[in-house]
Amino acid sequence: MILEARSVGFRYADGAPVLDDVSFGVTAGRSVALVGESAAGKTTLLRLLLGLRRPTSGTVLFSGRPLPTRHRAAQPFRRQVQTVFQDPYSSLDPRQQVSRIVGEPLRALGFTDQAPRVAAALDAVGLPADAAERYPHEFSGGQRQRIAIARAIAVEPTVLLADEPVSALDVSTKVRIIDLLAELRATRGLTLVMVSHDLAAVASLCDETVVLERGRVVEQGPTREVLGSPRDAYTRRLIASIPRLPS
Amino acid sequence: MSLLSVSGLAVSTHDGRALVSGLSFAVPRGGRLSLIGESGSGKSLTALAVTGLLPPGLAATGTVLLDGTPVIGATDRTLDRVRGRVAAVVFQEPSTALDPLMRLGKQIAEPLRRHRGLRGAALRSAVLEALDEVALPARVARAYPHEVSGGQRQRAAIAMALACRPALLIADEPTTALDVTVQADVLALLDRLVAAHDMALLFVSHDLAVVAKVTDEVVVLSGGRPVQSGPLRTVLANPGDDYTRSLVASARRLDAALDLGGVS
Repeated sequence: MILEARSVGFRYADGAPVLDDVSFGVTAGRSVALVGESAAGKTTLLRLLLGLRRPTSGTVLFSGRPLPTRHRAAQPFRRQVQTVFQDPYSSLDPRQQVSRIVGEPLRALGFTDQAPRVAAALDAVGLPADAAERYPHEFSGGQRQRIAIARAIAVEPTVLLADEPVSALDVSTKVRIIDLLAELRATRGLTLVMVSHDLAAVASLCDETVVLERGRVVEQGPTREVLGSPRDAYTRRLIASIPRLPS
Repeated sequence: MSLLSVSGLAVSTHDGRALVSGLSFAVPRGGRLSLIGESGSGKSLTALAVTGLLPPGLAATGTVLLDGTPVIGATDRTLDRVRGRVAAVVFQEPSTALDPLMRLGKQIAEPLRRHRGLRGAALRSAVLEALDEVALPARVARAYPHEVSGGQRQRAAIAMALACRPALLIADEPTTALDVTVQADVLALLDRLVAAHDMALLFVSHDLAVVAKVTDEVVVLSGGRPVQSGPLRTVLANPGDDYTRSLVASARRLDAALDLGGVS
């Protein structure tokens, strides 16, 4: 397992548990979806996986070791695990040139060959080289999400944590970003952990699926089984709720 | 005569940039129509223009008739008579329609009092009836918007929109901000209420599969222009123009991914 949650629980001091006894893991090069609706605990779980918060019980392991908590000790982890967020409008600083945005993790992690890495990352996500000198507002929503993905892969991480990466996109853009993520997985052997409520995106991208409801895992396993023949009542309701095209 | 008739509608910025142009469609009494399009297609601006709600800086030209009343160029007084009674709108984000500082019961009571002249016990029972109609428990009347879930807020917004028994309900992405299980319930609710009250429905959405749940007829918009219109099944089977073809192909691919339930 490259990234693993073992009996992870999380609660705020004065509240009910947000996460309760959550266990799942992902093998290097594979992909897993964390699926659920509002208040399922998806975002909290993502924060725990990133080491931004510590679980109140249980452990998060990266390559078999507990996540480092000190800033300096966390550097190798940051190099290996990068993130993409839902909203490409709020996740990119509007005042910075794209080259600076994509180069940010490279600077933070002390890479010296930033320019060629930025150029390679932009190329990998299908953006023209001259995108580097432009600003986020000059790009469409789909292109901005490509910039966010370029930033995430610039340091050549092994794991990509994506928080609803296609949920804010138009349908045709969504399909193209799903294709890009699939291609990056295939060509770079990237491990993908995707938080999503979009089951079509999950079915397109993830080998395994973990279904969360109110902070608990209700079902997990190969996506084909979980979405194809769900056993849990909540998973079944979730799947039955998806509007389908008339045949 | 159609309940809503739109012909040659254009929406432009003051410096002359056209955001919607050449749009014509009609919704008969009790009829249903969807406007489909992606970001920037002009679908939401059309919904606003139809009710005279365009934001400052934008102007509409062409003809919009709501139950025979011309909307474009009409005074606020004229529009006040039309809004609520002839046409009411439900928006994507229910919070935009609700006052965060007012209890939901009071907000639902407001249009009932203004348009139906109800007071006292009759008003209170009408509020409870309105809540019941959208499957909200009576206690929601005492709650503030932030104290209920997103789905319950949207139900409350629907209750307000329906309070004056409008002949036309305009729903602009009414379920886009909701969880998928909640979306299914709210779509079923809209479908049921529109049918029960013989209302007409103008539904605005980016999602072909959602549209298929509530309407048969569609107009596809791209870059502010209508590119395709007709029965949804015909459009799906025979998209015609390039834009619609690519939209349908993308939607079909995502839909097919669900059939396999696995990675292709």
